Amino acid sequence: MSKQEQHWEKTRNLLFITLAIWFVFSIGIFLFGAEMQESSIRPFGYPLTYWFTCQGSLAIFVILIFWFAGRQEKIDDEFGFSEREGDK
Amino acid sequence: MIKGKFIDNLPKVYGIYTGGFLVFIILMAIAEQAGMSAKLIGIFFVAFTVLIYALIGWLSRTLQVDAYYVAGRQVPTVFNGMATAADWMSGASFVAMAGGIYFKGYGYMALLVGWTGGYVLVASLLAPYLRKFGCYTVPDFIGTRYGGNLARFSAVIVLTVASFTYVTAQINATGTIASVALDIPFGIAVYVGLASILMCSMLGGMRAVTWTQVAQYIVLIIAYLLPVFWISSKLGAGFFPHFMLADEVARIAELEGQFGFVKNSAADLATVPKGLAGITKAHSSVNATPWAFISLAVCMMAGTASLPHVMMRYFTTPSVRTARRSVGWSLFFIFLLYSSAPMLATLSKLSLIDPTLPTGIIGKTIAEVQSIDWYQNWNQANLMFISDFNGNGTLELNEFFMGGKAVVLATPEIAGLPYVISGLVAAGGMAAAMSTADGLVLAISNALSHDIYYKIINPKAETAKRLIVARVLLVLIGFAGATIAALEIQGILGSVIWAFDFAMSGLFFPLVLGVWWKRANAPGAVAGMLLGLISGTAYLIWVRSGGSGFLGITQLTFGIVGAAVSLVSMIVVSLITAAPDAATQKMVDDVRVPSGKTVLAQK
Repeated sequence: MSKQEQHWEKTRNLLFITLAIWFVFSIGIFLFGAEMQESSIRPFGYPLTYWFTCQGSLAIFVILIFWFAGRQEKIDDEFGFSEREGDK
Repeated sequence: MIKGKFIDNLPKVYGIYTGGFLVFIILMAIAEQAGMSAKLIGIFFVAFTVLIYALIGWLSRTLQVDAYYVAGRQVPTVFNGMATAADWMSGASFVAMAGGIYFKGYGYMALLVGWTGGYVLVASLLAPYLRKFGCYTVPDFIGTRYGGNLARFSAVIVLTVASFTYVTAQINATGTIASVALDIPFGIAVYVGLASILMCSMLGGMRAVTWTQVAQYIVLIIAYLLPVFWISSKLGAGFFPHFMLADEVARIAELEGQFGFVKNSAADLATVPKGLAGITKAHSSVNATPWAFISLAVCMMAGTASLPHVMMRYFTTPSVRTARRSVGWSLFFIFLLYSSAPMLATLSKLSLIDPTLPTGIIGKTIAEVQSIDWYQNWNQANLMFISDFNGNGTLELNEFFMGGKAVVLATPEIAGLPYVISGLVAAGGMAAAMSTADGLVLAISNALSHDIYYKIINPKAETAKRLIVARVLLVLIGFAGATIAALEIQGILGSVIWAFDFAMSGLFFPLVLGVWWKRANAPGAVAGMLLGLISGTAYLIWVRSGGSGFLGITQLTFGIVGAAVSLVSMIVVSLITAAPDAATQKMVDDVRVPSGKTVLAQK
């Protein structure tokens, strides 16, 4: 496998992990909205589903993007595909 | 004039600007104490901020193509994040969202999840790759990746339909705010709004829009957060509402149980002015089916990743790496406002319905409520209404009606904050609507001037001529948008949601598969864009004209139908026609590697 193919395979795997986490917090948990609402886990005292819709999922997305960006930068560095000064 | 040095000094420049704005707020507060009239304060706030944006727009004027289309590709990560957040958060987010949450609760909060979750798709599937591509517009990517004028043209059609639907709503919002704040008729206010939008974007294109959007973000976030924190402290709910309103949410549920949701008869409801609603749904409980919630969230997420005015903001960063990080910053700045909207809805509702609070009106006598100052003001503005349906002389929960906008616009006044805060909120709403309208008008006119005029009609046009065409189109599109906005066909929020569905129907899969599926070719992409847009639109028309729909897909989620048709037709047509040539395949390989020159620069 060429260097470029390996790079792309790693990039793709990272995409799948990112999208899996994204799926859980944007779609997955809301399949169980009614059940979660009754849960005894209450972040800051809010009902669980309510909390996810107003803060939880939103905050997780912010963190997820920064985590994704960091991992992708590592992959790019590993293969020497990071941008250098003068790339335009 | 400000290039280079200006970029290095950004934190200082915007730091001074923010400080100056805070001083302005304090001066206004002092003027209010000294007896300045509420109306004059409103005029000062809106006029002062709009003049500042116009000044920035004028300072950023340019005659260079790179600066006009992509701000010279040198916007730093964090500032691009702020600009994107302002570009993204429209008048609807600012003025209407808290109201939607107030009235509809959980079912509506799918929009919060959808409008933030979409950025994960932007960051992982598209933005860095489109940045590496080095295009000026979204159709530029489609046209070059797939090849051929037909693909480029189809992309322009989808872009125009989606963005134009959106922009009329924004111009409508600037008109609404300008008409209230400056006290002029709506029909004229729409054009005042338009003039301010054009002042920001016409001379400097993307460069001017970028720097005004950063300034607008600062105004709108201060205008949104300050009242939320203030009201929360004033009610004794806690100094940091986001972490401290659990008791208030529980208290609303308790009151809802106590009052009950009494259903009004149709005859009674007919007396309520159009556009006002009562509280008919529980505040925090799960009141929508999983499918209703998820389908709406999915449409908003896919729409986010297909709306050209958002995508083109990531063309302005210096590199692929900064494009990725910039998406994270964008979402962070959006998160600051979106996570506050449910808190504002909670505070607003509690202060109105809790009889133990001095501001509570439920349980008071009708005559008493009618004599309250703020009730009279907002009743006059057609945003509040009470009626004694059961004739018992006291106000019940089901006898109180309010417009969605009133939650943001009226709550400061209800909670007893000084008028200076209401003026600030008006300036914030104006900033939110203007920044989005700027981005949208620019997206449409750039696509028409670059993709239709320069790439298809007159590839030999000189720079000066291209930029003149771009500016003329900008003005024409702005006027067309304002004319339609003045007709007031669809509400602000409805048009915004439609825009997402249109964009998702026609552009989502052609964009994503352009990067992630090498086998995708021009006939497939054209089929995907056109059939997706046509089937989505047909479904919308069918449901609007009384059709029953299927699978619980409503007029707000028709993008699911469009995108599904788009995906299937794109794959089928791509597979039965010839694979893309070697040059195109190599282009896709190049897009996937961050280092090296942009794909378009290599050609």
